[in-house]
Order: sequence, then C-alpha cells, then structure tokens
Amino acid sequence: MANSIKIRARMKGASCEVKALIKHKMETGLRKDKKTGKVIPAHFIQEVSCEHNGGSVLTANWGTAVSTNPYLSFSFSGAKKGDTIKLSWVDNMGESDSAEAQIK
Amino acid sequence: MNMKRRVFLKGTLASSAVAVAVGAGLLSPRQVLAAWPKAAFEAKSVNDAMNSMFNSDLAPASDAIKVEAPDIAENGAVVPVTIETSLKNVESISIIAEKNQTPLVASFNMTPKTEGYISTRIKMGQTSNVIAVVKADGKLYSARKEVKVTIGGCGG
Repeated sequence: MANSIKIRARMKGASCEVKALIKHKMETGLRKDKKTGKVIPAHFIQEVSCEHNGGSVLTANWGTAVSTNPYLSFSFSGAKKGDTIKLSWVDNMGESDSAEAQIK
Repeated sequence: MNMKRRVFLKGTLASSAVAVAVGAGLLSPRQVLAAWPKAAFEAKSVNDAMNSMFNSDLAPASDAIKVEAPDIAENGAVVPVTIETSLKNVESISIIAEKNQTPLVASFNMTPKTEGYISTRIKMGQTSNVIAVVKADGKLYSARKEVKVTIGGCGG
C-alpha cells in the first residue's frame, strides 16, 4: 500500500497549512455488488494521525462516511520551513500507510 | 491481500478480520484501534452518537463556529465540508451528518498547536443538516448547516 498518500505542507504566515489526499476506497459496507447482489464488506480508514517533527498535531477517528479517496486539510502553529510532517493511517482491515513531507 | 479478503468473507464479524490482522503480525495488539470509538460510529442517531462520544447530547449553538458546505450537493458521495472556529483551547472537532445511517462522520482530536480549522469531504445519504460539534475548554458547542443532496452517497 505504498504511495497512497499525497501530502503538502506550506507555511502561511505563522501557521503551517497541511493538505493531504489519501487513496482509499472507503467502502461503507452498505453497497451491494451489482453482479452478485452481495454486500461489499466495509473497508475504511479508522485512524489518521499527523506528526510534526515527531510530535502529534492531529489525530482523527473516521467512520464510513468520509468520502472515497479522502481529502483532509488543517493547520497548526509552531512550525518552520524545512520541518518534517508525517501522516499515517490505519484502516479497519489492519492495512496502513504513512508518508512524510518537508514543510515549504 | 487476497488471502486476507477470503478470511474476512468467511467471518461474520468485523472483529474477526481485525483478529486476523493481529494474527498475521500486521498490528501489535496495543495498536489495534484502541481509541477508535466503535459505539459512537455505529450509533444510529445523533443523540446516541453524541452520548457515546461525549457523554452528553447537549451542545449549545455557537456563533464562533462556522460550517462551510455547499447549499446543494449534486453528488452526496463527495460533499466538501470546512469547519472553522475561533473558540480557544479546542480539544476536538466532530462532523455529524444528521440523517446518515450512522450520523457520526469523523472526529478530529486537536493539540494545543492545532488551529481551529478542518476541511474534508464527506458522504451524505440524503438532504440533512451537517453538524459540527466542537469541544473547547471541556465544553461542547455546535453549529449546523443544511445541505440538500440530490444523489445520495451511501449505499445504492
């Protein structure tokens, strides 16, 4: 599951704005397979966390109603250009991924 | 991947899939979504979800919270939602879609460094209010905005 995350972080004045796109199908468990009529099992990201230089700046718990290929944006203070920002996720089937980026 | 999927299909409970993941050494037991509030995300009503999440379903409306979402969402599968608040000491921001089968969409836990701003995209089953619940200084506040959905984004 490599490269499922696109992350950009940019300084805007004193705060750092983080934008991330995650490639994930985010199955709700409510949809049916059109061919077989069987319910497609839920498969969605449950936890997302974001670290700045190793310290947590955001942890999120998600349900099934976050859209497919989730987008997330937030901002935090106390960062500077060149710092490292890391985003990771874990889904309900135990799959996970993480990515790092430098703040611009 | 395929094997795991097989095993999952055989199991009837989602928990069995998690157990498989643990067995496969993908996750250490402590890591297994210890904090993920299952009951809150599976709650079928806004009040149940709120009670499960915050031990309270009272969140007075606050002008300090702004919910930005389209008036009409043509596609309920992708509804952009932005929540901004000027409240101080924000501990968490939660997004609730009132009439979804399971109303709680997402909950973001903030740190003292995080600013009161979250933007994401959610699914909505039908026209309803999008409610933002902000916990700040240990108290709950909320704001809402109605989004008209022409094509639902859950199921179907």
